[in-house]
Amino acid sequence: MAREAQLVGAPDLPAMGVEAEIEHRKPGRRPLDGRSLFATTFTVLLLALFLSPLLRTVSLSLKSADQITTIGAPIWPADPGTFEYEGDTLDVYLVPLPDGTTRELALFDPGRQESGFIDPAAPDAGVITWQGSWRALEQPWEFAPQWGNFGEVWTRINFPRLMLNTILLALIGGIGTIVSCTLVAYGFARFRFPGRGILFLLLLSTIFLPAAVTLIPTYRIFVELGWVGTWLPLLVPAFFANAYDVFLLRQYFMTIPRELDDAAKIDGAGPLRILLSVIVPQAWPVIIAVAVFHLVYSWNLYFEPLIYLSTAPDLHPLSLGLSKFNDIYGSEPQYIQAATLMTIVIPVVIFFFAQRAFMRGIVITGVEK
Amino acid sequence: MAIVELARDEPPKRNSRFSLAQREAGWGFLFITPWIFGFLTLTLAPVIATFTFTFFNLRLNQQTPVRFVGLDNYAAMLGDARMWDALLVTLRFAAIALPVGLILPFSLALLLNSKYVRGSRYIQTFFFMPYIIPFVAALFAWGSMLNAEQGWLNGMLTWFGIQGPDWLNDPAWVYPGLVVIGLWGIGSAMIINMAGLQNVPTELYDAARVDGAGFWGQLRHVTLPMMSPVIFYSLTLGLVGVLQYFLVPLVLNSGTGRPAGATYFFNIYIYNTFWSFGNMSYGATLAWFLFVVILLTTLILFWSARYWVYYAGENK
Repeated sequence: MAREAQLVGAPDLPAMGVEAEIEHRKPGRRPLDGRSLFATTFTVLLLALFLSPLLRTVSLSLKSADQITTIGAPIWPADPGTFEYEGDTLDVYLVPLPDGTTRELALFDPGRQESGFIDPAAPDAGVITWQGSWRALEQPWEFAPQWGNFGEVWTRINFPRLMLNTILLALIGGIGTIVSCTLVAYGFARFRFPGRGILFLLLLSTIFLPAAVTLIPTYRIFVELGWVGTWLPLLVPAFFANAYDVFLLRQYFMTIPRELDDAAKIDGAGPLRILLSVIVPQAWPVIIAVAVFHLVYSWNLYFEPLIYLSTAPDLHPLSLGLSKFNDIYGSEPQYIQAATLMTIVIPVVIFFFAQRAFMRGIVITGVEK
Repeated sequence: MAIVELARDEPPKRNSRFSLAQREAGWGFLFITPWIFGFLTLTLAPVIATFTFTFFNLRLNQQTPVRFVGLDNYAAMLGDARMWDALLVTLRFAAIALPVGLILPFSLALLLNSKYVRGSRYIQTFFFMPYIIPFVAALFAWGSMLNAEQGWLNGMLTWFGIQGPDWLNDPAWVYPGLVVIGLWGIGSAMIINMAGLQNVPTELYDAARVDGAGFWGQLRHVTLPMMSPVIFYSLTLGLVGVLQYFLVPLVLNSGTGRPAGATYFFNIYIYNTFWSFGNMSYGATLAWFLFVVILLTTLILFWSARYWVYYAGENK
């Protein structure tokens, strides 16, 4: 195996493939001393800072437009307090009373010099007259998440459509990527043929090729084929394999003992049978990694849909839809943030299910050098 | 090899016109056909076509007859102040984004790998998680954080008595702002660095300690040399990426280069030349120029690697 790896110019990965775990080299549990406490707290604070935009997104997505434009409003979703009195909705204010206490009273009869208030705790007691300008008073805020923001986004941008498009693109393209990359990786990992080393190097070097240098003719080709305005320019290339996933799969395939191939060969299995009955069943973790990579890629699709689907908004995926939504409703951040949250929810959930396979895949491609 | 030995035991196939090696090669080529086809049609042919375009006067909507213009496009490009500005913008951004993209994941990996941090396995998962968030979503989340009045970042700065800038609308602060927007992408570099750190043999640290090396000494004489392949990998891919940086400014400012042309990156110029001005040939020339710049920097990096990248187990 080591010899073959050198043949194609990539350094061998010592036991990196199958068992590449992000192991923590730590001597057993030690008592939590001052240094550990400090270091752990510091790291967690750093993490909180790192994830704080997510918290802000959640908070903004649940706010009302009124709250966002009100200066001094709390950072959590809230509404100024109100009180129902004789069929009217009254605003509640924090009223400092002559006896030094402050009480929450509902404004019943606003006036310039003095105003009438109702005590929500004892509405039957009648109007309390208070001297001073009510405009200077502050309002108490009550926790009031605007769940309706999500429903609003759902209908305003035809969110179900965008979501369905993205899922379909991820599924079809994912199948194309997995099938083509598995075949190509199997070819590079298990068969000797003239020029293999150079071809593999050529494959890897495409990573360094700037997209701009192929874009213009590729666009012309798709125009000539009549594919602009369809998903084909986004999907068809996925069926022709890509360097990252082929590399990842090949590295993994090479760690699968050849003895297993040989045993199947004795049973009369051909190359395709060996791939399907020996290699693929062993390689599930890395195939899952490729699937998740493609899912992330599909959710990120922006540029290709932008140029190829400009005339077909019904075919747009989420990322492009989200940016178009921002162009239209940029002045209503609660909707933008709600749409942002709705866009990321599926990848985030899938990540937590597949994170081990995913992160291991990154480590394998990353050790390429 | 096992296959050859095994084949000897097999009864010879009578009708086979090809040798075993030829048949193996045939299967190999068959399996890699999808990539070969894709490479020829979607990579090689377009690259050649782009190169050819640079010698003509092609436009998206061709009005004038197509004609061979020789090196006119190249001459125009070298005298194009806008091109140099765009290149300068890109390099200026790279000068900030690249070091951050190297140092931050490395330091984070160092921290998470430290024996003093408890539960780092869980913390690491959460540091990695935003990596999967689509860049448009990350842009809106961080863009909102960077808002001059309402954003939390400036809010936090006021705790320390600092009046934060208007990040994305100030030419002096827009690059740090863009780097901040890209922060959620560090996850993959972080875990690659962690894997690298865990591959450093413990004995080397023990030996360094015996020689009296403290934290910085070990970092300088053990960690950094042993990590140089990972650093090289991150640097190379980071450089290739940053020279093509373009999607975030495209979404943020629709390719206008606001504020004051500070986000008029090289790729934005290519994009505008092609899609807004419809000038295919000039766009191709710019793209080819970018390709050469990337190729040269990559080659220089690979050449320099022999002086600073240490591969364990390699004989010199």
